Amino acid sequence: MTRAFTPKVVTANLLLDGEVVWLTEDDRWTRHHHEAELIEDEAHAQLRLLKGAAQKHLVVGVYLADARAGSIGPEPVHFRETFRTRGPSNYAHGKQVDHV
Amino acid sequence: MYDYSDFDEAFVRARVAQFSQQVARRIDGSLTEDEFRPLRLMNGLYLQLHAYMLRVAIPYGTINPRQMRQLAMIADVYDKGYGHFTTRQNIQFNWPKLPDVPAILSALADVEMHAIQTSGNCVRNVTADHFAGAAADEIEDPRPVAELLRQWSTDHPEFQFLPRKFKIAITGSPNDRAVTRAHDIGLRMVRRDGAPGFEVIVGGGLGRTPMIGHVVRDFLPKADLLPYVEAILSVYNTLGRRDNKYKARIKITVHETGVAEITRMIEDRFAEIRPQFGGNDQTLLAEIEAAFAPPAFRNAPVADFDAARLIDPAFRAWADTNLAEHRNAQYAIVTISLKAHGETPGDASSDQMRLIADLAERYGHSEIRISHEQNVILPHVHKGDLPVLHAALLKGGLGTANVGLLSDMIVCPGMDYCALATARSIPVAQEIALRFKELQIEHDVGPLKIKISGCINACGHHHVGHIGILGLDRAGVENYQITLGGDGTETAVIGERAGPGFAYDEITPAIERLIVAYLALRLEPAETFLQTYRRTGLAPFKAALYDQADRNAA
Ligand code: HEM
Ligand code: SF4
Repeated sequence: MTRAFTPKVVTANLLLDGEVVWLTEDDRWTRHHHEAELIEDEAHAQLRLLKGAAQKHLVVGVYLADARAGSIGPEPVHFRETFRTRGPSNYAHGKQVDHV
Repeated sequence: MYDYSDFDEAFVRARVAQFSQQVARRIDGSLTEDEFRPLRLMNGLYLQLHAYMLRVAIPYGTINPRQMRQLAMIADVYDKGYGHFTTRQNIQFNWPKLPDVPAILSALADVEMHAIQTSGNCVRNVTADHFAGAAADEIEDPRPVAELLRQWSTDHPEFQFLPRKFKIAITGSPNDRAVTRAHDIGLRMVRRDGAPGFEVIVGGGLGRTPMIGHVVRDFLPKADLLPYVEAILSVYNTLGRRDNKYKARIKITVHETGVAEITRMIEDRFAEIRPQFGGNDQTLLAEIEAAFAPPAFRNAPVADFDAARLIDPAFRAWADTNLAEHRNAQYAIVTISLKAHGETPGDASSDQMRLIADLAERYGHSEIRISHEQNVILPHVHKGDLPVLHAALLKGGLGTANVGLLSDMIVCPGMDYCALATARSIPVAQEIALRFKELQIEHDVGPLKIKISGCINACGHHHVGHIGILGLDRAGVENYQITLGGDGTETAVIGERAGPGFAYDEITPAIERLIVAYLALRLEPAETFLQTYRRTGLAPFKAALYDQADRNAA
């Protein structure tokens, strides 16, 4: 039996500076998780993953991460993905200063 | 210390030029990530959670003020103003941008530094006792041998693609400050009939299958070292489990082959290759040894030191914890703690790096070491200079008097930086340190090693911590498992797992219960945590951790 598909976002790191990004519905890489496309269908998720993975000149390490609908857009489910939206907890470095 | 020869200089420059080309070709799209990844790893460049990470080698933890200032410059210009010193005596930069990496490597080459073999399945940075060349208990400075091993292993054609990474640690003293028993090869200097030689330990390692290494030779004459190490690597290269990444370290090879059989194979191979070593290695070693000549020690009164100890309690507390015995009675070995309470263990700001460089020049014969415990050492400081050195360190936020105490923790980067992590390490350490600062009992608790890793790879050495903390992911939440009774010295043991793990917000109270239990259990203040644990065993500590009478009642 296959497990029920849970919603996903496509995520990666930018090639040039390693910054965490997500794929939007209109094929951009955004630095903000809530702007990502929330994918509810498994076949569509595979297509979007391929779309992301094809952009080898822009991003590295493309994968699908669990997400759920939030008040302003998709929210991460796992704590690792939450840290990726934010940056490290010992300094205000990374996304928490640069882009929020 | 060792200065690059023309050959070394040309080699490192050529490597920088080659990698710069590779970076350019990755950025313009002519190399794919699959093609580029092994190339960047060969130059110490990882891709982490939030950014790239560059691991720079500090061979046997030895660095001079000029190099330290260059690291500070790199931190300022290409990173976020700090660097992270690691358990393998390296420094990691957490925020470099890919297009800047060639310039960083070139800046490193300007001061005889590089990032070669800081990643990959090759011989990694050779680590050594951080008190090398200074310790009172030392037989000989182990660094010349470490440098010989580095030159031999760098780009060694036979050993660039080993089954797995390979780590060598060396100490010139019978007291082990280099965790030799948890390395692929550990070398511990001993004497026989007056002659120096090595006890050779093979197959130690931490990670998912922690093991203490086995002695394969209790005395190896110094002159046989290189062929013997080559024999070990050669046997491992043949037998190592390339079919399974988790079984590829030499500790598994030793375990599966048996110590007696692997020793026989090493000895056979050694007999085969020994005659090929015509003595060039010994000529080279003699040249290297000359470069490590001790500084010209000064003869001066130490009255200022004695006076400051009497009148200044802050100085006394620092002197009692952060100084170690030097072979010259007028001198001391100073450990500068990078473990200020509430800060990230192992981090130094660029200003702190520059301060350390200045102080090393002024008071330390221009010598600096990085310890595997993520601190910085000034190995040769005249005791008369210690009061003014201490004052300068305090001003720079580097005067924390906690070396060897509870808050002097080894802590891996964990999920705040590391892509492999299953939980965070750093904030756990920060919270524990702040809690015990509040309680003001760490000097009373005395010598204690707490070590924290954010995943089973055990970079934070939790298996050999008196108290080890391992961060795991249990059903999507951070969970921390405690091990007790580990030891990384010459009496090395792997710690015992205490029981079920603790949630993120339960871990500091759990450590507090352990410490309170120890204070009640110890026979006298001089009985250390480890001694108490060895006397009582796990049971009373387990009770302190898990007796949940009050919780169950709630
Ligand atoms: C490529 C995959 C990696 C694997 C499989 C891995 C695993 C390990 C293992 C097993 C150790 C040593 C444990 C022992 O003593 O036997 C170690 C050391 C260490 N690792 Fe990793 N690691 C990897 C990448 C990373 C990354 C990405 C970081 C990020 C910050 C990191 C940080 C460290 C540190 C700080 C140490 C100790 C110091 C050093 O090697 O310089 N590692 N790693
Ligand atoms: S122990 Fe795990 S989490 Fe910590 S640095 Fe090593 S690989 Fe990363």
